[in-house]
Amino acid sequence: MKIKNLARGIALTSMAAVVFAACSSSGGSAAPSAAAASGGTTGKAMKIGYLPKDIVNQYFAAAKTGIDKGAAESGSTVIQVGPNEPKADLQVPFIKDLTTQKVDSIIISADDKDAVAPDLKAAMAAGTKVVGFDSSPAVGAYNVFVNQVDFSGVGVNLADWACELAPNCTGDIAILSAAATATNQNAWIDLMKKTLSTDAKYKGLKLVDTVYGDDKPDVSTTQAQGLLTKYPNLKVIVAPTTVGILAAAQVVSAAKKSDSVKVTGLGFPNDMKPFVADGTSPVFGLWSVPDLGYLAEQVAAKLVSGEITGKEGETFSVKGLNGDKPYTIGKDSTVVLGPAFRFDKTNVNDFNF
Amino acid sequence: MSATVAPVTERRSWTRLLARWETLLFVALLLLIVAGNALSPFFLTTANFGNLLAALMEVAIMALPMTLIIIAGEIDLSVESMAGLSSAILGFLWAAGVPMEVALAVVLVVGVLGGLLNGLLVARGGLPSLVVTLGTLALFRGLALIILGPRGVSDFPAGFTEIGFGHVPGTDIPWPFVIFLALALTLGVVLHRTWVGRQVYAIGKNKGAARFSGVRVARVKIGLFVLTGLIAAIAGAILTARLSTSRADAGQGMTLTVVTIVLLGGVNIFGGSGTIPGVVLAVLVVAVMQNALRLAGVSVDVQSIALGLLLIVSVVIPTFAHQAKSAVDRVFGGRPPPADSVPRGERALS
Amino acid sequence: MTDASVATTLEAPRDRGAWLGVIARQRELSLVAIMVVLGALVSIAAPQFLTVDNISQVAVLASIVAVAAVGEALVVITRNVDLSVEAMMGLVAYCVAVSLENHMFGAPGAILFGIGIGLVLGMINGFIVAVLRVPAIVATLGTLSIFRGVDYLIAGSHQVPKAGLPPGFTDAAHQDIFGIPIFVLIAVIVVVIGSVLLRWTRFGRQFYAVGSNPEAAAILGIPSRLVVFVAFAACGLLAGIAGVMYVVEFGTINGTSAGGYTLQVVAAVVVGGVGIFGGTGTLVGAALGALFLGFIANALILVGLSQFWLQAIYGLVILVAVSADAFILRRLQRIASLNRSR
Repeated sequence: MKIKNLARGIALTSMAAVVFAACSSSGGSAAPSAAAASGGTTGKAMKIGYLPKDIVNQYFAAAKTGIDKGAAESGSTVIQVGPNEPKADLQVPFIKDLTTQKVDSIIISADDKDAVAPDLKAAMAAGTKVVGFDSSPAVGAYNVFVNQVDFSGVGVNLADWACELAPNCTGDIAILSAAATATNQNAWIDLMKKTLSTDAKYKGLKLVDTVYGDDKPDVSTTQAQGLLTKYPNLKVIVAPTTVGILAAAQVVSAAKKSDSVKVTGLGFPNDMKPFVADGTSPVFGLWSVPDLGYLAEQVAAKLVSGEITGKEGETFSVKGLNGDKPYTIGKDSTVVLGPAFRFDKTNVNDFNF
Repeated sequence: MSATVAPVTERRSWTRLLARWETLLFVALLLLIVAGNALSPFFLTTANFGNLLAALMEVAIMALPMTLIIIAGEIDLSVESMAGLSSAILGFLWAAGVPMEVALAVVLVVGVLGGLLNGLLVARGGLPSLVVTLGTLALFRGLALIILGPRGVSDFPAGFTEIGFGHVPGTDIPWPFVIFLALALTLGVVLHRTWVGRQVYAIGKNKGAARFSGVRVARVKIGLFVLTGLIAAIAGAILTARLSTSRADAGQGMTLTVVTIVLLGGVNIFGGSGTIPGVVLAVLVVAVMQNALRLAGVSVDVQSIALGLLLIVSVVIPTFAHQAKSAVDRVFGGRPPPADSVPRGERALS
Repeated sequence: MTDASVATTLEAPRDRGAWLGVIARQRELSLVAIMVVLGALVSIAAPQFLTVDNISQVAVLASIVAVAAVGEALVVITRNVDLSVEAMMGLVAYCVAVSLENHMFGAPGAILFGIGIGLVLGMINGFIVAVLRVPAIVATLGTLSIFRGVDYLIAGSHQVPKAGLPPGFTDAAHQDIFGIPIFVLIAVIVVVIGSVLLRWTRFGRQFYAVGSNPEAAAILGIPSRLVVFVAFAACGLLAGIAGVMYVVEFGTINGTSAGGYTLQVVAAVVVGGVGIFGGTGTLVGAALGALFLGFIANALILVGLSQFWLQAIYGLVILVAVSADAFILRRLQRIASLNRSR
């Protein structure tokens, strides 16, 4: 009994000590970050925290090449952190860590727009600039959101490509998406559905199902197989995710159904070249992912240097992008990279990413 | 017993104290804090300590009732899924316009019901808890997915989310930590100071003997599972508040950390021994370790390797320590150790 | 429960063994029966269920789980559990894929490499449980973390694309010999060899002895720790085979591969009648359990339930299977005690 008392006393004392230590060593956070922010205005070299949805998805590896390119130009360093799976509760702790490490800017693709918001807002309050890209954090939790493509544009594109690949723009189509809570995919899908239902051109297309591949190759494969089995009259699988479109194309091609089922969506040219060739995926689209990364990095640099603040209406230019025309910051502090780019057999072999 | 055996000498009791698992944990905690401070200048700041605790609090809260369950000789793998189900129900109800208080009450009831399911199957059905809770691990998660589907629900009221990521005004102490301390104090008193707690230990050490002594084994076990379900539901609510989103996959992977912390805290997986202060220390040790590693830039992968090693080592060391102590005792002809210090792992598994 | 069973085992070992044989065969038969009934019902709602394409797809996916489930069954029969199966599979899959991508081996070499890694991982588990005397739940919970951590560590953000594998490597997933998919043949061979070794060698029968009564086994001079070590090593080897099959089936491999398999494998074993207290169950049962779960998943999709129902169904299936086991066992114990008291 005595010993148990002692042990419990030690535990309580240690807890108290920890708490007192925490309470008494105060004010450590406020001053240094202010110094960092002002230090950033003079020099161009900065510390960038890159926090993609997950670090395994090759899409974000491609974006990083663009970020690295921009960082190299200004001598900045890039720290990549992130979870192994695109899960919000795994992503959130990294935001806090980057803030504690006093990076100048965070470039983030959010797994869940609201889960990341509180910590991003805290980061912004501490002087860190937050640039969202690909999948946006909630409005107010970023300085600028670099959208890869115009949402409604992509929605129409996806509907268009499905229409083009279905015989006479008629038949069953299905969507194979990424994580069920992915902000960007859900936005694109919603707009695609709206396009399909409001425009009479697509009245022959029937969307029979939406399944989620979690941006994992094995789950996407199993979901694609399920679609083929469940809907024998399926004409087109639309996959607005580079992981999903590749899995679906592989499944359709391996099942030797490339004549009756087509696959389209957003994919990397390098991944899809063989499927353009064998007819599984004659049309699909994307944008330059490395350019997206580069743009995000440039925006971050301009925010840190004070050239822009993220207010609607501000303009800035980035050499080599947008045909050298200036970008304008739009509603909700959003900048759009450009329209989606359509790949088919006439041009897919010209690209290498 | 004390009438027939010579009293333990002062020297013996001090060495026994030093060799106690809780002391080792305390020393480890101090060492880690020192190491953390050396690794990163940001370690000993209030903001950092706030962070370090906040991320682990849902797991820590669930570790407390898990301690009692494991001491009683059972296990509950389904805690992470109950947390997820709780999150999903909160989101579903909130999105449907149900007021927050009602939604929270529903969630607590669901936690109790889920725990009741586990408890009845294990205590009245006689089924092994490992498999039952593996089944409910999948079942509860499945229900969460059915209820919420692919959606995420957010824009919860600020009062609610404040509990998750807010701090006690004027400090950096996160609210969940306060909840954790309160729960630890309560369960600590229950386990170490009440008749109920003694029953829990008795069931864990020898279920048959306990039953013959009048302990209502089934009732206590069901109560423990209900408690675990309830607290897991609360943890799910806190998680939802902290992330300000409700998701069906919330909490996935937490069971592993919960069990690791409990075992690291000195609780024997076979039941019958372990303390709440030990588990509290283990929470601090793991929180400090994770944070120090993260600040040092050590990847999450190495951290999970470290956690796994920690789990295994925390069970291996006492076994070897006991064997060494027995050898030393045999050589120096000391008194045989008292019966209740039978070390963990002695009951042969194979 | 242990104390009571020592008495009954020493008293009437032959009776219990015979009864357990009956349960085992009943479980396998009931699984087959349920699958047939289910198949008939589902095919009314969705005729594409009974197509050769669909059934062979289900069987191919189930074969991967079945091979791993056979390994898990070996461990569970000795009254242990291996929760690290998915991490072993994932690590093997990544190593095999990466070694092929870098042309370190040809296909046969890579396959042996993968199986070898699985064996080593299994032996690590065996060492921790049998030599270091760490309880299996704790040990394999720890190695689950460690192996997956190592997998993520060496994989980083790299992903091996299907195109990085030698051409034709992934075709084996879709090929058959005499109309039976290769994967199914592999699973069948594994089950047959395993069952023969388990039933008809002295060492194999000791698995059941160690699992049903470790104390009695020790008294009888059975090398319990060696048996357990071999069980875990075999589980690792079979997880290695399953990992190779995984690469062939899915092609694209990264650090997250084979996530979620532990639940499927353990569920297959439980559903297949291998009791968690050890000493009972058959490898055939475990393989049938894997097939059963695959059928259920497929039936769900075809009947129109979304993928979100799958987890709940798995959970229910486990609970029902375990309850049925306990119910039958208690009935038999009552009969046995009635017999003895006559």
